[in-house]
Amino acid sequence: MDEALLRTLAPTVIGTLVRRGADFTAAEDAVQDALVEAVRVWRDDPPRDPKGWLVTVSWRKFLDAARADASRRHREVRVDDETMPAAGEGVDDTLQLYFLCAHPSLTPASAVALTLRAVGGLTTRQIAQAYLVPEATMAQRISRAKRTVSGVRFNQPGDVATVLRVLYLVFNEGYSGDVDLAAEAIRLTRQLAAKTNHEEVAGLLALMLLHHARRPARTGPDGRLVPLAEQDRSLWNTRLIAEGVDVLQTALTRDRLGEFQAQAAIAALHADARTAEATDWVQIVEWYDELVRLTDNPVARLNRAVAVGEADGPRAGLAALATLDPALPRHTAAAAYLHERDGDPVTAARLYAEAARSAPNLPERDHLTRQAARLNAQLRR
Amino acid sequence: MAKYLLLKHYRGAPASVNDVPMDQWTPEEVSAHVQYMQDFAARLEGTGEFVDGQALSPEGTFVRYDGAGRPPVTDGPFAETKDLIAGWMVIDVENYERALELAGELSAAPGAGGKPIHEWLEVRPFLTAPPTISD
Repeated sequence: MDEALLRTLAPTVIGTLVRRGADFTAAEDAVQDALVEAVRVWRDDPPRDPKGWLVTVSWRKFLDAARADASRRHREVRVDDETMPAAGEGVDDTLQLYFLCAHPSLTPASAVALTLRAVGGLTTRQIAQAYLVPEATMAQRISRAKRTVSGVRFNQPGDVATVLRVLYLVFNEGYSGDVDLAAEAIRLTRQLAAKTNHEEVAGLLALMLLHHARRPARTGPDGRLVPLAEQDRSLWNTRLIAEGVDVLQTALTRDRLGEFQAQAAIAALHADARTAEATDWVQIVEWYDELVRLTDNPVARLNRAVAVGEADGPRAGLAALATLDPALPRHTAAAAYLHERDGDPVTAARLYAEAARSAPNLPERDHLTRQAARLNAQLRR
Repeated sequence: MAKYLLLKHYRGAPASVNDVPMDQWTPEEVSAHVQYMQDFAARLEGTGEFVDGQALSPEGTFVRYDGAGRPPVTDGPFAETKDLIAGWMVIDVENYERALELAGELSAAPGAGGKPIHEWLEVRPFLTAPPTISD
C-alpha cells in the first residue's frame, strides 16, 4: 500500500467533498475516516482508482455522519447523492486548503496540526506522536482549529506568507515518532511550489532542501550534535544540495528578495564550501545584512555577529555581539565561541558552562557542556 | 504494577559521593554519562517498565493568583537555596524493591574519572486510583 500516494490525495478529496456541498469540517472528518479505512483495506485489496475510491468512501462517510447528525437533531438531511453538484473545473482545492489551514485566526500550533492533517493526510495519532502529546489532546486541538475556521469561505484567497511560516515551523520540529516532520514539510512545500509561482515559496523549499542535505552529518552515531565546522561533508546529500541551489537560483533571478531566499543563500554558501575553511564568510555576512534589513530579526543579528567573527576576526564578532541583547537565545554560546577564537579559553569555558545551563534542548546542553569540559581539561594541563 | 517517580535534583538533595561539576569532567566522561542515561532509558523501554522521562531547565519562577482582574504575581528567579528539580523518570514496575533497584542503577551513572556519581535520587510512589473491590 502506498501511504505516500494516499496522503497526496487527501487534500484533493477534501476539496471535492467541499465542492459537492460538504462544509470543510465535515469533509475533513470524512476524509480522515476514509484514510484510516484505506490504510486498513488497501494492503489486501488495492483499488484500481485510488482517488475514486477515496472520493466514494469519503462521501459515503460524510453522508452517514450528516444523516446521524440530522437524526440526532430530528430534521431532514439536506445533502444527498441526488443533489451532488458536478465537480468544478480548474479550481485548485489543495492550494485553498493550504490557505485555510494556515488562516491568520489560528494559533501557530493549531495551524500546524490542521495543515498536517488536512493537507498532509496524516492521522491524528501520527501528529500526536510527532509532537509528543496524547492523541486526545491533539484531536481536541484539531477540532478547535476547525471550529475557528468554520466561518471562512473555502475559496477565499489567502496569504502565502502565513502558509510559509506554518511549513517552516513543521520543518524545524525535526523528527520523532514514526513521522519525519522535516521530510513531510519538504513534501508539502514542494507541492505548494508546484502550485504557485512565488519566489519565497521557492526560497523556503531551497532552504529546507539545503538544510535537510546536511542532516546525516549533523548528529554523531551516539546522537550528539556535530557543529557545522566539524561535520563530515562527504555525508552531505549532494543531490538535495544541487536541487536546493537550482531552486534558489531560479527564485533569485526574479529579483524579489525575501527572508527565505536570503536564508537559503546563506545555506547554499555553506553547502558550496568543500571544507569549513573554504567558507566564503564575507558573502555570508552580506547575506545576513540583507536578512537583517528584510526582517530586523534579533536572531539574524546574532548569527550575523558570529559570521562577522569569521569574516573579520573574533574581536569584530564580539563587538557586533556587544550591541545585542544578552538575553537573546544562544547569545552566551556565541560569546563563548568568539572568546575561544580570540584566545581566551578561561572566559570561553565559563561562558560555555553558563550557556549549557540555559540551553533549550538536551543535545545542545550536552554539546555546550562538552565544550566547557574540553577547555577546562586543556587548562588543567 | 506500580508507578514510581525517580526525581533528580540540581540542588536540594544531599551531596553525591563523586561530586564534581560536569564542566570539570573530560569531554569523554560527559559523553559516557550521556550514553549511560540513554542506554538506561532504552533498556527500561525494552523491559516494559519505562513510562516517561523529561529534563527540566534550571530556570523557573514561582507564580500565584493575585485576585480577579489582576495579572498573576511572579516571584523569581528561584533563590539559590531552593530545592531545584533537574528532571524525572516515571517507571512502572512490579514492586517497590524493583523501583529502588532501578534508582540505584541510575545513580551509578558515570561521572568524573569515569567513576559512578553515587547521586542521591528521590523515589516517590504515585497515588493510584481506588481499587474496584474495596472490601
